[in-house]
Amino acid sequence: MEEINPEVSGKSEIEKSKSEIFKVPTMAELIAEGKEPEILFWVGCAGSFDERAQKITRDICKILQHVGISYAVLGTEESCTGDPAKRAGNEFLFQMQAMTNIEVLNGYNIKKIVTGCPHCFNTIKNEYPGLGGTYEVIHHTQLIQQLIDEGKLKAEGGESFKGKRITYHDPCYLGRGNNVYEAPRKALEILDTELIEMKRCKSNGLCCGAGGAQMFKEAEKGNKEINDERIDEVISINATVVAAACPFCMTMLTDGVKHRDKEDEIKVLDIAEITVRANGL
Amino acid sequence: MIGQLIFIIILVAAIYLFSKNVAKIRRNILLGKDTDRSDQPAKRWRIMAKVALGQTKMVKRPVAAVMHFFIYVGFVIINLEVMEIMIDGIFGSHRVFSKPLGSLYGLLIGSFEILAVLVLTSCVVFLIRRNIIHLKRFSGVEMTEWPKSDANYILCIEILLMSAFLTMNAADYKLQALHFGEYIKAGNFPVSSLIAPLLPGSAHALVITERVCWWFHICGILAFLNYLPYSKHFHILLAFPNVYYSNLNLKGKFTNMPSVTNEVKAMLDPSFTPPAPADGEVSRFGAKDVTDLTWKNLMEAYTCTECGRCTSVCPANITGKLLSPRKIMMDTRDRITEVGKNIDLNGKDHDDGKTLLDTYITREEIWACTTCNACVEACPVNINPLEIITELRRYAVMEEAQSPASLNNMFGNMENNGAPWKYSQADRFNWAENK
Repeated sequence: MEEINPEVSGKSEIEKSKSEIFKVPTMAELIAEGKEPEILFWVGCAGSFDERAQKITRDICKILQHVGISYAVLGTEESCTGDPAKRAGNEFLFQMQAMTNIEVLNGYNIKKIVTGCPHCFNTIKNEYPGLGGTYEVIHHTQLIQQLIDEGKLKAEGGESFKGKRITYHDPCYLGRGNNVYEAPRKALEILDTELIEMKRCKSNGLCCGAGGAQMFKEAEKGNKEINDERIDEVISINATVVAAACPFCMTMLTDGVKHRDKEDEIKVLDIAEITVRANGL
Repeated sequence: MIGQLIFIIILVAAIYLFSKNVAKIRRNILLGKDTDRSDQPAKRWRIMAKVALGQTKMVKRPVAAVMHFFIYVGFVIINLEVMEIMIDGIFGSHRVFSKPLGSLYGLLIGSFEILAVLVLTSCVVFLIRRNIIHLKRFSGVEMTEWPKSDANYILCIEILLMSAFLTMNAADYKLQALHFGEYIKAGNFPVSSLIAPLLPGSAHALVITERVCWWFHICGILAFLNYLPYSKHFHILLAFPNVYYSNLNLKGKFTNMPSVTNEVKAMLDPSFTPPAPADGEVSRFGAKDVTDLTWKNLMEAYTCTECGRCTSVCPANITGKLLSPRKIMMDTRDRITEVGKNIDLNGKDHDDGKTLLDTYITREEIWACTTCNACVEACPVNINPLEIITELRRYAVMEEAQSPASLNNMFGNMENNGAPWKYSQADRFNWAENK
C-alpha cells in the first residue's frame, strides 16, 4: 500500500529534522496538565492502523503543529465511530460504539473536532447529536481551507507541483453526503498547477467502491471493479496526481492504479499530504 | 341534448373511477409506518417550487430536460382548453370562452396549438430514443415488457390526443371560414390552418370531423386519467407531494433507530427502563416487507416514473452488479400493489407467503450498494432508494443475523477491538511513534 514518490522522499530527507520534534499530545495528558486544547483531532481506524493512512494522519498533525493550533488526540481511548456497522445495517453495534464514544468525548468536554476521514466526519457531525453528542465537526480539508483563507497556510517553501496534472476525487460522504465540494479544491487551486476535473465530479462524483461497508467485503459479482472504473476515468483525462480526502478512497484508488499498471504515471495523494509537501513541512 | 347527457355520464363515471383508484393508492401508501415530515413547511414549499414545479434537477440531462419541459408545460397549459371543452360538453355550448376573453382567446388558442406541436414532436423524439436508438438508460433487468409498453402507451396516447386537438381546430377553422352554423369566428390557428387543406371541403364532412375529434380528444383525456393509477405516469400527480415531503437532512445522515436506542441504553445502564412503544405494537427491526417501510418510501414507489437516472449513475450497476436502484423502487411498488390487492380480496391479515426481501429483491442486490447517494442525488423528484436498501439490510442483520461472512468478521472486530480490522485497541496510537 505504501506509495513512495522518489523525487519527493529525497527532498523530505532535509526536512527530517523537523519531524524529530514530532510529539502528538493526547487528551488524557493535557487534562492531567490542566490544559484544554482548542480542537480534538479524531484520527479514525484507518488513520490509526492502515500504514498508508497513518502517513496522512501524521501529515495532519504536522499541519496543526505548523500553524500552532493547540490540539490533542484520544490515542487509545478512541474507538470506531460505528460508521461501517451502521451502513451495513447493524444499528445496534453502531449505537453501542456511538454512545461509548460520546461518553468519552463529553467526559473531556470536547467542543470542536477535526477528522481525518469523511466517514467519521459524517457520523459524528450528523448522527451523534441525536444520541447526545453535539460538537462542531470539520473535515481536515475544511481546516486546510480555513487556514488558507486566514493566510496561515500557503503553497510555499516546499515541493513544486508545476507541470503535474492534478484531479480531485470527491469522497461520497464529504461531497454528496455533506455538500463539501469547495474546501478540498481550495487546497489544490493554490498550487502552481492546473486542477482538471473528471466528468463525474462534485455532486456527480463516482464512488470509489468502498462505502457502505464495501471496504470490508468482496464486491458482488459484476464485470468490473468500481475502483478500476474510476481509475479509467483518471487515465482518460491524463491526470498524473489524483487528490483524495478519504482513507478508504485512498486504498481503492491506489489499488486501481496498481490494477492498471500506472504506478509510475499516476500518484494518489491525500489533500493533507499535498499541503504538507507544498509547504515543505 | 342527448350529447350533453352522454357527456355528463362519461365525465361522472370517469371521475368516480379515478377517485376510487386514487383512494386505493392512498390507502396502500398509508399501510407504511409513520414518519414525521410536517416540519419546516416554508422550506418544503420552496423545495417543491424549485424541484417539482421548476424541474431544476432535470437539467443535468439537457436534451431530456427540454423535451420533458415542453410536454410538462403543454400538459399544464392545454388543460385550460380542457376546461372549456368540459363546459361546452355539459352545457352544449361551442367555444364558450371565445366571447368573454375576446382577442385574448385567439392568443390562447394560438399558443395551445404551438404547444401541441412541441408536445407532439417531443413525444416522437422520446419514442425514437426508446425504440430506435435504444438508449441504455431505458433498458435493464427491471425493464420488462410491461414497463416498456407502459412508456410507449403514454407517448402514443399523448400523440393521438394532440393530433385530435389539432385536427379538431383545423376543421373548426375551415367551418369558420364557411360561416357555417354555430362555428363563429373564434381563435387563432397558426398550426391547424396549415393542415386544414388536407381536410374535406364539404361542411357536412367537416362538422363530422370536428365532432369526432372533439369527442375523441375529451374521452381520450378521461381514459388517460384512468390509466394513470396503473401506470408509471402517475408521477405527474405524485411528484408534487413527494417533493414536498422530501428528506430535508443532509444525505449523509441516516436515521438513528429509536427502538435500538432504548435497547442500547438499557444494556449500557441497567437502571434505564425503556418507554413502552406508543402504539403498543412491537415492530421488527428494519424491513422485510413493504409494510415495514414508511409511508414516504411507499409514496416514492408510486411516484417513480422509471426514468433510470438513478441506475445510470449507480457505481454497482455501472460495473455490472445486479443492483439497480430503479428496480428497488419498481419492486416496492409492485409489492405494495400486490399487498393492497390481497387486502381487497382476502381481508387485512392475509399472508400470501411473499415478501419484498427475497421474493422481489435479492440479498445480492442489497449487499452490492456502496451507500454513495448517487441515486438519491440523480432523482429529479427526490426519491431515495438508499433508504429502502438500508432498511432491508437492517432486517437481514438485526433480525436474521444474515450478513456476508466478511461483514460478520468486521462486526466482531468492532465489538472486540473497537476497529473494523483485527488490530488491538492498545496499538491504536502506534502511528505517532514510527515516523
